[in-house]
Amino acid sequence: MRRAYFKNNWIAALMVAPQLLIIFVFFYWPTSQAIYWAFTLEQPWGGGNEWVGFENFRQLLTDSQYWDSVRVSVIYAIATTALAMGMALILALFADRQLTGYKFYRVGLIWPYAVAAPAVGLSFRFIFNPSAGLFSYINHLFPGLWDPIMNGSHALFMVIVAGAWKQIAYSFIFFLAALQSIPRSLTEACAMDGSGVLRRMWDLQLPLMAPTFFFLLVINITDSFTDSFGIVDTLTVGGPARATNLMVYKIYEDGFRGLDYSGAAAQSIILMLLVIALTFFQFRFVERRIHYS
Amino acid sequence: MADINIRKVAKAYGKTQVVHGIDLDILDREFIVILGPSGCGKSTLLRMIAGLEAISSGEIAIDGKVVNDIEPRARGCAMVFQNYALYPHMTVAQNIGYALKVAGISRAERDQRIATVAATLDISDYLDRKPGQLSGGQRQRVAMGRAMIREPKVFLFDEPLSNLDAKLRVQMRLEIRRLHQRLNATSVFVTHDQVEAMTLADRLVVMNAGHVEQVGSAEELYERPASKYVGGFIGSPHMNFLKGQIADDGCSVVLEAGPTLPINPRIGRAAPGAAVDIGIRPEHARRTGEGANLTVRYDFLEELGNGRLFHGRVGDSDFIVQSADKTPPAFGEEIGLRIDPFHIHLFDGETGVRLQEIASVAPARTRALEPA
Repeated sequence: MRRAYFKNNWIAALMVAPQLLIIFVFFYWPTSQAIYWAFTLEQPWGGGNEWVGFENFRQLLTDSQYWDSVRVSVIYAIATTALAMGMALILALFADRQLTGYKFYRVGLIWPYAVAAPAVGLSFRFIFNPSAGLFSYINHLFPGLWDPIMNGSHALFMVIVAGAWKQIAYSFIFFLAALQSIPRSLTEACAMDGSGVLRRMWDLQLPLMAPTFFFLLVINITDSFTDSFGIVDTLTVGGPARATNLMVYKIYEDGFRGLDYSGAAAQSIILMLLVIALTFFQFRFVERRIHYS
Repeated sequence: MADINIRKVAKAYGKTQVVHGIDLDILDREFIVILGPSGCGKSTLLRMIAGLEAISSGEIAIDGKVVNDIEPRARGCAMVFQNYALYPHMTVAQNIGYALKVAGISRAERDQRIATVAATLDISDYLDRKPGQLSGGQRQRVAMGRAMIREPKVFLFDEPLSNLDAKLRVQMRLEIRRLHQRLNATSVFVTHDQVEAMTLADRLVVMNAGHVEQVGSAEELYERPASKYVGGFIGSPHMNFLKGQIADDGCSVVLEAGPTLPINPRIGRAAPGAAVDIGIRPEHARRTGEGANLTVRYDFLEELGNGRLFHGRVGDSDFIVQSADKTPPAFGEEIGLRIDPFHIHLFDGETGVRLQEIASVAPARTRALEPA
């Protein structure tokens, strides 16, 4: 790697200052505030707080509703990540085969990424509405088969599908780029060695895509823990009976609806630690098995 | 048994025609080298034989069976790629044995055959390494091993030596030739390096702009190039070309630069007044004091160690003389040359096609006239 050297250190400092300032103001400062709040009891309308130590955390960790939220979040994270990456991989493998018109559907597949989460939620609310559209016909034939308003697992399934749909595009771009960076001669050598299309995918393309796969795994898991608010808020508002009350949505609910700033701050800290721990785990145990060429 | 018959094979990408109806018969166990500059269609032809490129028209038959619509894997060919195309995530042993694994051959037999191939290529010590940990020459051997292990009927080489340094290239060249002898397969080797081509080939195919210019042994191509193009491509240093006209007597050429050179009287079809290009190889221009029939204005000297190249000009054309002569002339000095009529190649001035002798020159006579 090429490095630039500065004769004067203060010039170097000056040039990184804007970036550091932005990171500090928008990341470290709010985080430190959240940590501070997590250890205090904040008054709902402001005007003073009281140091309570780990009381906020103790309350949360003994609350069965909180553990439900954690459980639902983990299911949501695993399911959306698996669904989004699986679909993205299949679509990318097809796009890479450059069948007729692939340029058009390549663009088509990237579009969903540009749609904001609330818009995704809103459209899926229409699509999955049990009393209108496609699902109303199904419900007419089999009454009660699809009811996300009353049935918690239906609601969670709906949120997972919407969340995955939004994340497919992002993974698709990376998978396609990874596939297209595999040298053509490798694929040809593999064909000469006698392996067909499916065998080539398994023996050649997938192993060579492993670094991309790992990157997307980390990003998708992180995203599904922290970036699901818009979809939940528009689709289910956490219901029914908190069946889709994901951790990130519960933070918002407790903080801004319940005005429990301190509890919400403690939840943010737990969520942050959880994501850090998961990422660390992935780097520690998954990355070691990856071959970087 | 694997002969390859190529019938009127053409390749077009959209409207761009890159290979123009090629006919070529490759005999069983022959080592064929396809030689040509980049962009002449030689790699495309090889890839059509391999099945990696669709054939636009014509047909290719391997071992008497038309393979136009047969998948690469079913054609019985193995290919060595220019950049080796080794699987980076597999070890050397896995790379070599991959084809066998795909074919569903048992692990024990696989290991045994990998060991045999590795021993032949002298890479037994690296079997557990990944390609990224190997040197260029070692990767080359692994690529060869991967092709060999399938015991194919046909070996296809797509400029496999062009990424190696000069010394290794010479060494690998000899090894490829030796392996060819041992493996009893037909080999088709594509290259732009004429020295490589001449040392490896039983027969050479010289290609230019999608056409075959000439097919023949290295000696034939050197002695009797079928066109000005082949004359200029085969031989190092390259052939000198001068423009001229057949004189009225039909037995000599009047050069644009002035002098008149006698030509082989047996050359037919040379109508007086016809525009021709004459070709003279640098090693056939002899420096002489007396009896010179051509003079070169000397520019500079190129020392080769085992000989010297005297660069100069005849009229407006560059002219190279190869000679062991130790005394360099002064800059701008006129060097007298003696050119033997039997060493003058005549090409049609417009088409570049060789003007054929009526009967081939008797070898004994050629040798007698050769400079001492």
